[in-house]
Order: sequence, then structure tokens, then C-alpha cells
Amino acid sequence: MAAILSLHDAVKQFVHDGDSVALEGFTHLIPTAAGHEIIRQGKRDLTLVRMTPDLIYDQLIGAGCARKLIFSWGGNPGVGSLHRLRDAVEKQWPHAIEIEEHSHADLANAYVAGASGLPFAVLRAYAGSDLPKVNPLIKSVTCPFTGEVLAAVPSVRPDVTVIHAQKADRKGNVLLWGILGVQKEAALAAKRCIVTVEEIVDDLQAPMNACVLPTWALSAVCLVPGGAHPSYAHGYYERDNRFYQAWDPIARNRESFTAWIDTYIRGTTDFTEFKRKLEAAQ
Amino acid sequence: MSYSTSEMMTVAAARRLRNGAVCFVGIGLPSKAANLARLTSSPDVVLIYESGPIGAKPSVLPLSIGDGELAETADTVVPTGEIFRYWLQGGRIDVGFLGAAQVDRFGNINTTVVGDYHAPKTRLPGAGGAPEIAGSAKQVLIILKQSPRAFVDKLDFITSVGHGEGGDSRKRLGLPGEGPVGIITDLCIMEPEAGTHEFVVTSIHPGVTREQIVAATGWAIRFADDVQVTAEPSETELAALRDLEARTAAAHGQSAGEA
Repeated sequence: MAAILSLHDAVKQFVHDGDSVALEGFTHLIPTAAGHEIIRQGKRDLTLVRMTPDLIYDQLIGAGCARKLIFSWGGNPGVGSLHRLRDAVEKQWPHAIEIEEHSHADLANAYVAGASGLPFAVLRAYAGSDLPKVNPLIKSVTCPFTGEVLAAVPSVRPDVTVIHAQKADRKGNVLLWGILGVQKEAALAAKRCIVTVEEIVDDLQAPMNACVLPTWALSAVCLVPGGAHPSYAHGYYERDNRFYQAWDPIARNRESFTAWIDTYIRGTTDFTEFKRKLEAAQ
Repeated sequence: MSYSTSEMMTVAAARRLRNGAVCFVGIGLPSKAANLARLTSSPDVVLIYESGPIGAKPSVLPLSIGDGELAETADTVVPTGEIFRYWLQGGRIDVGFLGAAQVDRFGNINTTVVGDYHAPKTRLPGAGGAPEIAGSAKQVLIILKQSPRAFVDKLDFITSVGHGEGGDSRKRLGLPGEGPVGIITDLCIMEPEAGTHEFVVTSIHPGVTREQIVAATGWAIRFADDVQVTAEPSETELAALRDLEARTAAAHGQSAGEA
């Protein structure tokens, strides 16, 4: 059964230094508030996993939380580069970061394999690409039936997955809809799973076949309205495109980035205060 | 009606999508061209985005690959894993429509690094869905602005394979798809030459000179024996493109961008 906890307590209880952590979200329902809380609590040496690391991973990396990044596309969608990720890769600031790079098809399959309890995923991929040359974990396997050589990649099984969803009920069953990305697979692939939600209701009123994560498959559910900002929560609020643009100059140099983290993340006690401070500055 | 080179590029790319084709669309320029095709010559083109929407019909261009508009206008929205497993690897994509940071003469694509991988001069966003789109889509179209920095003699990194080292090298890799069949730029259209699979110029946009194309290409670009002049954008095409861009800017407070 998932415990209904404050985000502070959930991160404190379930995210440990050195853990592999997947904060998933495919441009929708990105668990920003949880990422902020990880920075606030000064978690270290994390292996961060995500298909599409964007602003919250830029913040975690720039704040020194990450030792390694497993990913398949890293950028600020519609804007450009992740400057903190680039600074870490290109100039080892604030410290060196190890990169383990895949393609989307690979990581999506690797999450499916992780959720399926399998050690690896098999897919038709990478022929002619240089990625296997720089990622020794991308190997091949020969089909025992046809002889076809296919790509084999290790499954992703994070210590902790964190996702954001629209609704939970009071028992901690979670409903999400819209663009689902790999959140269900990431949640089920992980040893522990924290879900932040827009609201907690008496009855989910989930349509048949809807994406519902049962409470007994989760560790904690936390009420954090707006917790996916600046991404969007379908049916609740739109993507804050201006924040994505505003992030570019903030992240571009170390001083302005550190000042932003000190003011807005380390200088606030929780996401509610963060939102208030951000609104006051706009 | 006067038009910009970017508009010519988008229109020329849109024309390449036949009506009814199932198209796996990258964000940025491919998404713009694919939606223009849907709004003009190919109303029944099926647009699939890697985030999960199948049959998306957005009225404004998405800023990200997973904008809500894509989900709301789609025939169905499936998990991202399913997109790659059932729809792409399953062999149901007619055209993969890709952008690139760099491309070489065989249509191989780099979106990973400039310089050495382990000590990069420029770290680019990475592969995303492109390697498997390039491998499994029945055909691939590439759209990007032409410059010597983008059209390079040798890629620092092959993220997504085109025709490999040319000749029959793609065939030897055993990939299901035919590979890139066109590169559409702001200056011209290139297509692979029979046999060598080297991209040569087959159509030049109106007003562009061969010298401009040579100067904007990092390898010794060749021209087909029979080079066409690309038809100018029609008023219908331009009006549809400008309306789309205006709606996008009004909805997002910014243009959709080309990255």
C-alpha cells in the first residue's frame, strides 16, 4: 500500500544517496516538484535515468546531485541546449558526470523489460550507428529461431521511480491520462515508486482500461498541485512555454544558475513556497 | 507572392509526403512540413509522434514532442514503448521524417556530438528516436538548412545510419527500411544516386545558383545529369504555411522553432 505522505517525507524516506532514480515524464507530467525536493535535501551521487532529461535534470546536475546520467535525448524542447548538462559533460562542472547513452527505442524497451522482470530487452536497433561503440552495454543477441542478430540492452530497474499524475484516491490508487510516455513501465520497473498528484479524490472514476497504478504497487503518494510545472498536467494546466525560454539564460552561466537554485530551491521550504516566490518575481 | 528560403524548404518537403502515408514525425522542421502537407496536398496523411499520439491533427505546431494538442487531436494515444515496439519496429511506418544537426553525403545523421565523443567540442541532444526510425521506416526524408557546418565531409559521430558507406553497405547491415530517399534544404533537393547511394542535387530551388549550393556543402557535391528547378510555392501553400505559423505564434507566444 502506498503511504500518503508529504513530498518532503517521501523523498527523505525513499530516495537515498547513491540510488538510481528515474524521474520520468515525456514532456507531460514531469515530476519537477520532486526533483526540487531532491535538490533541497542535498541528495548525492545519484544515477539519474530518463529518456528525455530536460529542465529538472539540468537543475539536478547543476546542483551536484548526479554522478551518472542514463538517457536518450537531452535538451530544452523548443528552445535549445541544457547548459548545465553540457557544462558537466564538456567542462566537468560542478564535477564530472558519467554518461550512458541510448536511443529512445532502446530505453523504452529497457523499461518494459524492467517492469517485466527480465534482465535485458531485445529489439531491432543500432545497426550502422556509432552508439554501440561508445556504450559497451549495447550488445547483440542471435535469435534462436531465425538467426537474426538483434540488439540486446540491459533492462532499467531503478531503485526509485518518481512520476507525476493527475489523481489519486484516498487509498493511493493513481490515475493518469494523456501522453503517458514510459511512466507506467518506469513505475513498475522500480524497487520503490513515489507519485506526486494534482489532487486526491474520494473516487477516481477511472474509465475501464484507463492507466491506473494500484496503490499496492507504489510506495508513496504525495499531494503536490502544480508539481509538474513548467510542463503540463492534461486537464489541469498548460505548459508554461515562457519558463522554458526563461530557463535558457538562467542556466547559461554558473553564477546565475547557482543564484537561482539558492533563491528558489534551497531558499524555499517546499513547492508551495517555491511557486509563491516564482509568481512574486514575475 | 514573394517567399523566403525557409518557406521554400518547408513547402518542398511537404510535397514529398503522399496522401495517406503513415509518417513518423520528428519535432521542429519535420513537424512543420508534415503538418503543412496535411493542411494542403495530403489531408489523409497519418502523423505519429514518438510521445504516443497516432493520427495527430494539431491546429498549431507543437513546441515539444509531447504537447497536449497532439494528444487531444489524435485518433489514439498509446504509451511511448508501444510506439517504438508495435508501430515502428512492427513495420507500419511508411515515412520517417527527420531533422539533423549534421548530415553526410550518404545521408547518415549526427545528433550526438561535434568533436570527440569522450571530450566533445559541442554536446548535442542525442539520438532520441532517430536511429530506429532511420532503420525501420520504409523510407526516410531529412530536412535541414544547408551550410558547410551541417553538410559535412565526415561526421564526427553517426547517430542514425543512412546509406552507411554508400554502395550496398546499408543492404549489408540488414535494415528493414530503404533508408533516406530525399534531403530537402533551403537551397535544393538531394536524392541518392542509383548504385553509389551518394546524395546528389536533383532539384534546385528558384533563384539559387549551383555556386551557392557548392559553397554551402562540406563535400564535393555533385549534380544529377537532369537537374530540375523546384516549383515555386503556390499561393495556397504559402497561405497555409503562414496561417499555421501565425496560429502557432499566437498560441505559444513564440514560434515553433526549428530545433
